[in-house]
Amino acid sequence: MAKLSFVRRPRGVTRYVCLGLLAALAFLALFGRTIWGAQAARSDPIRPLEPASSAHILGTDQIGRDVLARVLNASLLSVELAVMAAAIGVVIGVTIGVGQAVLGPFLRRLLASAIMISLAFPGLLLALLVNAIFGAGPTGAVLGVGIALIPAFARFSQALASSAAGSEYVAAARVLGVGRVRIMVRHILPNIAKPLLLTALGSVGTSLVGISALSFLGLGVQPPSYDWGELLQVGLQVVYVRPMSAIGPGVMIVLAGLAFNLAGEAFAGSHPRLSVGEFTGTARLTRRFTLATSRLANRRPDRAADAEELVASASPALLSVRDLHVAFPGRSGPVVAVRDVDLAVMPGERLGVVGESGSGKTTLALALACLLERPATWRWREFTFDGESVKADSQSAYRRLFGTRLGFVFQDPANSLNPAIRVGPQLAELRQVHYGASRAESRRMAVDRLREVQIPNPEIRARQYPHEFSGGMRQRAMIASGLMGSPRLLIADEPTTALDVTVQAHILRLLERVSDGTGAAVLLISHDISVVVSFCHRVLVMYAGRVVEDIPSDWLVSRAAHPYTRALIQAVPDIDDLAGQSLATIPGQPPNLENLSTGCAFAARCAFADDKCRQDDPRLTVLAGPHSAACWHPRTSDELADEPADAATSNRSAP
Amino acid sequence: MSAVTGNASAGFTTRRRNLWPAFVARRLLRLVIGIVVVVTASFLIMQLVPGDPVRLSLGPSAPFSLVEQRRADLGLDDPLIVQYLHYWKGVFGGDLGSSILTQQSVTSIIASRIGNTVTLVAIALGLTLFFSVAIGVTVGGLTHNGRRPRLLGAYRIVASTLNVVPEYLYGVALVVIFAVTLKLLPVAGDDGFKSLILPSLAISLAPIAGLSRIVRVQTEEVLSQEYIQFARSKRLPALRIYLRHALPNLLTSALTVGGILLGVLVASTVVVENVFALPGLGSTVVTAITQRDYPLAQGALLILGGSVVLVNLIIDVIVSLLDPRSLMRDS
Repeated sequence: MAKLSFVRRPRGVTRYVCLGLLAALAFLALFGRTIWGAQAARSDPIRPLEPASSAHILGTDQIGRDVLARVLNASLLSVELAVMAAAIGVVIGVTIGVGQAVLGPFLRRLLASAIMISLAFPGLLLALLVNAIFGAGPTGAVLGVGIALIPAFARFSQALASSAAGSEYVAAARVLGVGRVRIMVRHILPNIAKPLLLTALGSVGTSLVGISALSFLGLGVQPPSYDWGELLQVGLQVVYVRPMSAIGPGVMIVLAGLAFNLAGEAFAGSHPRLSVGEFTGTARLTRRFTLATSRLANRRPDRAADAEELVASASPALLSVRDLHVAFPGRSGPVVAVRDVDLAVMPGERLGVVGESGSGKTTLALALACLLERPATWRWREFTFDGESVKADSQSAYRRLFGTRLGFVFQDPANSLNPAIRVGPQLAELRQVHYGASRAESRRMAVDRLREVQIPNPEIRARQYPHEFSGGMRQRAMIASGLMGSPRLLIADEPTTALDVTVQAHILRLLERVSDGTGAAVLLISHDISVVVSFCHRVLVMYAGRVVEDIPSDWLVSRAAHPYTRALIQAVPDIDDLAGQSLATIPGQPPNLENLSTGCAFAARCAFADDKCRQDDPRLTVLAGPHSAACWHPRTSDELADEPADAATSNRSAP
Repeated sequence: MSAVTGNASAGFTTRRRNLWPAFVARRLLRLVIGIVVVVTASFLIMQLVPGDPVRLSLGPSAPFSLVEQRRADLGLDDPLIVQYLHYWKGVFGGDLGSSILTQQSVTSIIASRIGNTVTLVAIALGLTLFFSVAIGVTVGGLTHNGRRPRLLGAYRIVASTLNVVPEYLYGVALVVIFAVTLKLLPVAGDDGFKSLILPSLAISLAPIAGLSRIVRVQTEEVLSQEYIQFARSKRLPALRIYLRHALPNLLTSALTVGGILLGVLVASTVVVENVFALPGLGSTVVTAITQRDYPLAQGALLILGGSVVLVNLIIDVIVSLLDPRSLMRDS
């Protein structure tokens, strides 16, 4: 499944806001004392606790001093103490974190676990502990908060240093015989300086809030000195009558803390812009070395006939969709992942879909199962499943139609079963939800189905968690889950890609058996042509979100008409090729789905493309019976031998 | 079906190792280490005080004989190792010495105050866990996959701002809003459950904001997992997908990351009890430190530190009950 991530909004605004806050704070700290110092000290005992007025915006305190002037005047001391505490934490923490690299392994482990243990303790408790030793007062507060910051900085710088130490330039320096201390000072520190400084900046905010807390408790700055914490304490005493005298210093603490914290985050470098990588992926095909082209020839003789018969038969399609389109929002407009797809799956048919990664296979599979989610957008002209028309966006209809009749086997067995639920209940819930069966009954059935997909000891296995299963067994369990209803269609999205070769074969055989046994059709998505050819009756080849060829699997190797299909086939390695020959690749890049040019999407990579191809997009046209292709210049079998030398691949001759 | 499959499948052993004993052993070890650290740290307070703690405590005017007597009472003249062992003995025997100032037993002072603090932490823990999960999952579910970017942006700003506001400011703000302006709840003092509402809110608001951010990220992460797609492919009701399939998976990682935040709750009580003049362990610590009543400060900090260790243990156990895989990762 192509995972889309979206570009975050630029953090410009945050940056300006916090730059502004920091500048204001710096101004207050530098000039506050000069401007408001005198006013803050001037008491007016006959006017205590004045309410807010134009003369005293925040009112006056118990002995008639202007609260606002005192708040602004306290900026210097508050910031000063915070910077001192942060400096203690950063210097000692970084020294420990970076310096531990020069220790022996035993001491290093001891130190690391000491850091871990102290990290589990809230900073405030550590600060109180230190404060208890040094006594209430600014020294105790600064030391307490500073020391409380040490573990976090030790851990952070240790993590940074060890990741820098693992980099290649450090390895190179080590090979050159540079000493440990020198490596640390010359190579590692400069490289971790930026994140460290930013975190240090953020920690000034943390210490400001912490020291204010201690002052507020009466453990930090002692009267007659005052910082914001002390002012808050004084304000709280009169909070009933003059709430502003508590709110003023409180707001300053929040703003200042926020300014430093935001600065640490906002300047931490812009996040890497995420691209829609899945869609513009590599041009090379992922290859399976083990299933060679030679196997393609070992097809069963009856397949083409089967396919023809299935398509020609008057029986209505199990699933049919017309004009399916799917798009995802991209950086510059929608990325069209699937377009113009008309498709029909006959009852009992085994239909394969092949294509490079990014060709839209998985999106197509999800769309057919109505499993797409916003922000993807999709539309179709007509969609029927099992004789009923499917309305877009009707979850209840989806539930009724697909709940018991459609099974989905996902690609990654490591991740497709819920790790927190035992396998049995995970299968059983389908029965419980859709058939209202009892828990015991559904679990018995789950065990039966597990047995059916040849999982040994199904009773025990049903009580196990997915992580206790092997990859192949998890795929079996997924298939078994599809069997909990009465499946008419199984959609398998690369069900064997993550498995090793022998297990692949077992899973395919199991799918085949299930399909034969239940009459369910199978839609097999794969990038592996040999898998599809050996398993399916019919194959759809996808390119840039479109079906470019629809061909019985028996004909695929000998009669493929689309140049892209041919290139795909030639890119399948032969077992004989393993002896040193380089593999055929399709030259060029898959098209950028964000802005498809007019004309055939494959034209840019196609050796046969002409002006017509570059102007008009060919529609899927019937070539012969069950075989159609979307190409202005379909190849015929006899041309296979004399393709131009620079054609779609290749350093080896066509089959 | 071929015999090959049968053989291959039979090759996988069906052994089920019970990982619980090992887990319990590791957690017990961690608990013991945590307790040792806390006890040692609180013991060291008195040793590290610059100068004579008793003289500092009683003040320069106290008669020499009284200071000497208190020193002897506290065993401060014994060798360090004897004092340390004695301290441990006291911890086990429930005897944490007596207050330098009032001569009252530290244990009894703590016992009379601890109730409020424990209730406060318990309420706050419940509030934090419930609301951070509810908010984080809701926002995560509404915004995952790039949906509703404006809601996400607004949430980010609000949550990260609320997260950095310290508990004492929440305390002040809540007092101003609910007690002074709306006159709904008592401002301060010990008046049963009612007087615990504002304090527990004050200490849980910042952790709720912080933990809900972690939960949201985890929700987003979990919802993009294939097993959620699988659950959707089974067409389960949305509520079942969220509660049964997503919640256990996102809670484990959220709690593992957020566990430390919950330890912070314990420390926050210290500050908040002072805002609301609530007699508890926190107000005891602060008074003890200001009055240089070292034995009392030691004892109260010991209990507070011990409860952090305990809260961490509780979180660990919850995590491993929710997600059996964490037992494996842990080992």
